[in-house]
Amino acid sequence: MQRVAVIRFPGSNCDEDTLRAATRVGADAYYVWHRETDLKGADVVLIPGGFSYGDYLRAGAIARFSPAMTAVARHAAEGGAVLGICNGFQILCEAQLLPGALLRNSRLTFVSRPVLVTVENTGTVFTSGYRRGEQLRLPVAHGDGRYVADAETIARLEGEGLVVLRYVRAEDANPNGSMNDIAGITNPEGNIVAIMPHPERAADPALGSEDGARFFTSMAAWNPRAPVTHTADTR
Amino acid sequence: MPDTIEAATAAQSFPGERPVTPEVVREHNLNELEYERITSMLGRVPTLTELGVFSALWSEHCSYKHSKPVLKRFPTEGPQVVQGPGENAGVLRLPDGWAVAFKVESHNHPSAVEPYQGAATGVGGILRDVFTMGARPVAVLNSLRFGPLEIPRNRYLFRGVVRGVGDYGNCVGIPTLGGEVGFAEGYTGNPLVNAMCVGLLREDDLIRAKAEGVGNVLLVVGARTGRDGIHGASFASEELSEKSEARRPQVQVGDPFTEKLLLEASLELITSGMIVAIQDMGAAGLTSSSAEMAARGGVGVEIDTSLVPTREEGMTPYEILLSESQERMLVVAEPARVGAIKAICEKWELTATSIGHITDDGIFRVKHDGVTVAAIPGRRLVEDCPIYEPEARESDEVRARREASLPASAAPLDAREALERLLDAPNIASKRWVFEQYDSTVQAATVLGPGGDAGVIMVPGAEFGLAVTLDCNARLLALDPFEGGKAAVAEAARNIACTGARPLGITDCLNFGNPEKPEVFFQFREACRGIAEACVAFETPVTGGNVSFYNESPTGAVYPTPTIGMVGLLEQVDQRVPSHFVEPGDRIFVAGTTRGALGGSAYWAELYDFVGGAPAQVDLAAERALQDFLVAAARERLLRSAHDCSEGGLAVALAEAAIGGPYAERPLGAAVNLDGHADAVAEAGLLFGEDGARAVISCRPVQAERLVRLAERCGVPLHPAGAVRPAEAGLSIARGGDTITWDPATLRRIHDDAIPRRMRADAEQT
Repeated sequence: MQRVAVIRFPGSNCDEDTLRAATRVGADAYYVWHRETDLKGADVVLIPGGFSYGDYLRAGAIARFSPAMTAVARHAAEGGAVLGICNGFQILCEAQLLPGALLRNSRLTFVSRPVLVTVENTGTVFTSGYRRGEQLRLPVAHGDGRYVADAETIARLEGEGLVVLRYVRAEDANPNGSMNDIAGITNPEGNIVAIMPHPERAADPALGSEDGARFFTSMAAWNPRAPVTHTADTR
Repeated sequence: MPDTIEAATAAQSFPGERPVTPEVVREHNLNELEYERITSMLGRVPTLTELGVFSALWSEHCSYKHSKPVLKRFPTEGPQVVQGPGENAGVLRLPDGWAVAFKVESHNHPSAVEPYQGAATGVGGILRDVFTMGARPVAVLNSLRFGPLEIPRNRYLFRGVVRGVGDYGNCVGIPTLGGEVGFAEGYTGNPLVNAMCVGLLREDDLIRAKAEGVGNVLLVVGARTGRDGIHGASFASEELSEKSEARRPQVQVGDPFTEKLLLEASLELITSGMIVAIQDMGAAGLTSSSAEMAARGGVGVEIDTSLVPTREEGMTPYEILLSESQERMLVVAEPARVGAIKAICEKWELTATSIGHITDDGIFRVKHDGVTVAAIPGRRLVEDCPIYEPEARESDEVRARREASLPASAAPLDAREALERLLDAPNIASKRWVFEQYDSTVQAATVLGPGGDAGVIMVPGAEFGLAVTLDCNARLLALDPFEGGKAAVAEAARNIACTGARPLGITDCLNFGNPEKPEVFFQFREACRGIAEACVAFETPVTGGNVSFYNESPTGAVYPTPTIGMVGLLEQVDQRVPSHFVEPGDRIFVAGTTRGALGGSAYWAELYDFVGGAPAQVDLAAERALQDFLVAAARERLLRSAHDCSEGGLAVALAEAAIGGPYAERPLGAAVNLDGHADAVAEAGLLFGEDGARAVISCRPVQAERLVRLAERCGVPLHPAGAVRPAEAGLSIARGGDTITWDPATLRRIHDDAIPRRMRADAEQT
């Protein structure tokens, strides 16, 4: 059974939802408080959405200095899996575990609605259960979701296929003005993934969409001691 | 313990305090009668600190001095009631040991001068009211009213309020499930910002704000006390004027991050069983929270204000007692538990500070640096405010408007164009611009989000669901407060029932003008009478709420706006019924009777700028029958969609059902024939009349027969109106050989863009 640590900052507010989604796929999921340094033998770390420390300065800017994040960096360096959702994405960028940054939405207002995204990389711990090119309908809810990076980084992400999710190019589809419609990225090893949409809010049939469920089933199917297998890739 | 009342209530002025003069008394909004009562109660002239305490607790906001006798007439009992009015929030029983705590409250005046913080702290306050009951907030709703968007300041207020509501609720992580936004002339200068919070708890975990146990300790938990919000309760109890701008520093500043910590700490304190009582330090801050908790427990309290952690140096006891700094709680606990309580608070990065204790002499006593600066008989402080039942007289102007009809000279309107213009009216248009700024899916339990009749959430681990709504059609009340009051409850109940849920109970936010004016008090009294009648008929008791008077600016009073917050129970959450058509081929029915009531209608108001005529008389029996029918039909899973027919009438209800939810992939069409439904009613009344007790519903063709039989059993007239069609077939309404056809995609565009188009008049502000 997968050991899954959900990092809890004082301002995390998707912690319970994320823990529930992990538990639903049979994982042994538990919280790790931001002041703790012991991830208690986690195979996977989930960094949930919220406002870590209030985020009055810059989303995730203070969270990166927390004791728990030091442990998360070590866990990732040793090949452990990490998924950052929303605020978790912001924190992973601030902690430089992933490149780029998330700035204020281009329309300057918070945006909460479902978006259409395409799965572009199925070689990660969290997306192996999807088909490449598959379209998902997932909710977003953020004020700072505009992904930006320097031209070189963007070129590298695109060139190496490190974009995991991309907002579908249609009228009004990119909710925040992200460069290249990027909604989620991974590191080349595929063990660190960060996305703005909330798969944990679309993982229960009662909520009208299960499009997000496979982020968690992929995670549950992952063998920490073997390379990621593309369980559903039809290439 | 002193043996005479004189000795028990001895107090002296705090050094440097102004003496209490008639002018100072007036500044504190206390009239002669009230001041006389204070001096006779104390047997002496009050200190300035005491005067401040009285001013806060005897403000309308805290004392309900103009509303109590009227509110007493609300039905408050029922088998589902766990906690009625008088607590921080009402509580109703749900299945499997669960209960729901809910309340609505206004933050109108602060929002009028400082929209962002005013609205944000309004949300903060209502969340605290709910989590102090031991309930975890699971939904917020809000009801907002502004002047027309053509006026730049109204756009500024609208933008600021929406951002303030959003930023606070989003950060704390409570989904916004719905509400309403309305625009009318009367709200220019005095917007209304009503926020409702709904929380879930195990009934066993319920805790009441009742101080008990002589010697028990009072602790302040949460933020430090600053000079913000001093006299907020009094500010809320006067009319707005040019001078109100100077009140801006009295508007509190919110910190949702601390709120989130306070929420978690409070719930942990409550479920740990460590505390005796807990109360939010809301309006009138430390004063009202301590005095009210003590009065409920029939005990006295002694507070040392010099122990209260402050943000600024040199704060006086007067300032500390009356500060409305946000994100603070007052906790009562046994002395032996203090250490453990502090440890829980510390884990949540909050401080808990002992500032006083419970006494047996019934006195509300305040000390500062060893000096007793206030000593007031506690129960009399809370309960002895003079109660007024002012004169009530309907204004001639309102009567004349109700008796008027649309001027005969008004040019007839083409129904095709009329519907398009109604969908473009901000009152009816999609509120997507608003609710997209609110997180509506956090907590991963949103089954039906904003943009439908009512919000529905599931409860993880339970089978049932909860439906919530917040409604009021104030235009009807402006013309007829009694019928309008009934209609507000009826609309809320229809919205709940359309989702398939059974209405359980209400909370109300009664926004009116200055009650000392007979025509305003008449509106208040009649509206409440209407609300009470409807609540009796629907068996939905009133569990609490809020009265907001003095909603007047130099241009006059707001429309009487008693917003009704209602919760309903869905026995099985997957029985939930959406508002919008689902599938081409489904049969459409109009439930209820159309008589063509155009009095107070959106049709006349929006298209002819005429607010007049007599609103439809509310048929409470027909409303109840419709509710019972909708709930039974949902339980038997006969409904594909159900949408309440209200503002804009049948045509708007059909159009909205076809347009689809805010994120529907495509609109749908419908072929509707109204021959045989209200044949005697003229076209405008048929399409746009606002008779109550109606809904537009759809079902699978194979279930149509069962649905018709069920409606017969429930005594609900059902008109087979046609079928859902693909969008390309258009939305058509036929009657007597004439057919009007609209393009659903065009209607959707109009409906979606009405508010954004008006807001684009400003360059985007940051």
